[in-house]
Amino acid sequence: MKNLSIFLGCIVPNRYPGIEKATKLVLDKLGIDWSDLNGASCCPAPGVFRSFDKASWLALATRNIALSEAMDRDVLTVCNGCYGSLSDANHEMKNDPKLAKATNKHLAGIDMEFKGTSDVRHIVEFFYEELGVEGVRDKVTQPLDLKVAVHYGCHLIKPSKERGFGSVEKPTFFDELVEATGATSVDYADKMACCGAGGGVRSALLDKSLDMAEHKFKKITEAGADVIVNACPFCHLQLDYGQIEVKEKNGNEYAIPVLHYMQLLALAMGYSPEDIGLDMNFIKAGNILEAKV
Amino acid sequence: MTKPSQLLEDMGFSIQTCMQCGTCTGSCPSGTYTSLNTRRIVQSARRDKDVLNDDDLWMCTTCYTCQERCPRGIKIVDAILGLRTEAVRNGIMLPEHRKVSQMVISKGHAVPINDDSITKRLQLGLDELPANVHKFPEALEQVKKLLESTGFVELIAEEDSK
Repeated sequence: MKNLSIFLGCIVPNRYPGIEKATKLVLDKLGIDWSDLNGASCCPAPGVFRSFDKASWLALATRNIALSEAMDRDVLTVCNGCYGSLSDANHEMKNDPKLAKATNKHLAGIDMEFKGTSDVRHIVEFFYEELGVEGVRDKVTQPLDLKVAVHYGCHLIKPSKERGFGSVEKPTFFDELVEATGATSVDYADKMACCGAGGGVRSALLDKSLDMAEHKFKKITEAGADVIVNACPFCHLQLDYGQIEVKEKNGNEYAIPVLHYMQLLALAMGYSPEDIGLDMNFIKAGNILEAKV
Repeated sequence: MTKPSQLLEDMGFSIQTCMQCGTCTGSCPSGTYTSLNTRRIVQSARRDKDVLNDDDLWMCTTCYTCQERCPRGIKIVDAILGLRTEAVRNGIMLPEHRKVSQMVISKGHAVPINDDSITKRLQLGLDELPANVHKFPEALEQVKKLLESTGFVELIAEEDSK
């Protein structure tokens, strides 16, 4: 395993910088060697740009990986979509010489080359594999008394053939990591269902996209969860800002605070909600966290 | 234009083995709220109907549940993405998707930085601009050059500006 470069993607640095802050605080606290990935672009989004033009999707994704290769670091993603794009691109480039040759031809035009020397990791997968659940639990100084609705997000685990994390119907690794903070992962109906944002549906068909999100809000509320915890900023945006949009659309009000796993872990390591930008979410976490943390 | 059935076979999708069981449609989170009927898309493609102009093509969130559950192992989502690619090549694209593509071409990000986020970054003690293309103009030039080289800029341009 190499040291890491953090691939932030679009939504973390450009909309939810609290997740960027939390990620960096947590990695520092754990003594993990990380660096910014200077000059990175959009991953680009797997269900959107890959479907528009695969060669362009692959070229842009490969450029991001090549930036990390040049630093001799593995790529650490904090987003399911970025992970989907970059790990799929890395896999295809390493295993399809014809495709790699064609893509490197484009990269040569900007004096870059893909060499296939770096891995692409997702932060949840990285923590589970490299630190382990007990390793995470050992770092918790402020156990959290929270009931959490865990939202895996689709592209963390699917397509399973490419991801290789086992069951996609009832996975447990993310729940285990959440519970390592002292929180309880509550089961809820249609837990593995999509948030509705992916594949360009949120951008082009917002109304329908929100129907899918509201389905989750209803089930999570019924289960009595205090907060939603995700591992994908696009799901995070859909589940946080989506509650505001649903209210505007049909008047139904939900008030479930949404945290990225890095923010949950940062709280459990003693950081305050303000340190990690939880007060910058659309759904304010104030009362729930003050009572529970 | 290549027929949809041939197109998908050429891409390696074995849609002829579909037994129309409907597991895909029954598993689809989008289909509960939209007109998306995955089983019907596969059937239409197999019968060489005009699936490229089918609005349902754009209602898939790419959650992969249908693909995971397909008893025939058909890569349904990947096939839908393949049909989208062919649609885009034929100039069929939702205006919002064209816009977000143009955003990547001009800014390097589908969701670029804005003033509100800069304020939040500063409050958190982060750098005003993140370490992505926003901070490195030469990196943005590379992205533009790359997307020019792959033909994306031309592909995404409005019909009348081509």
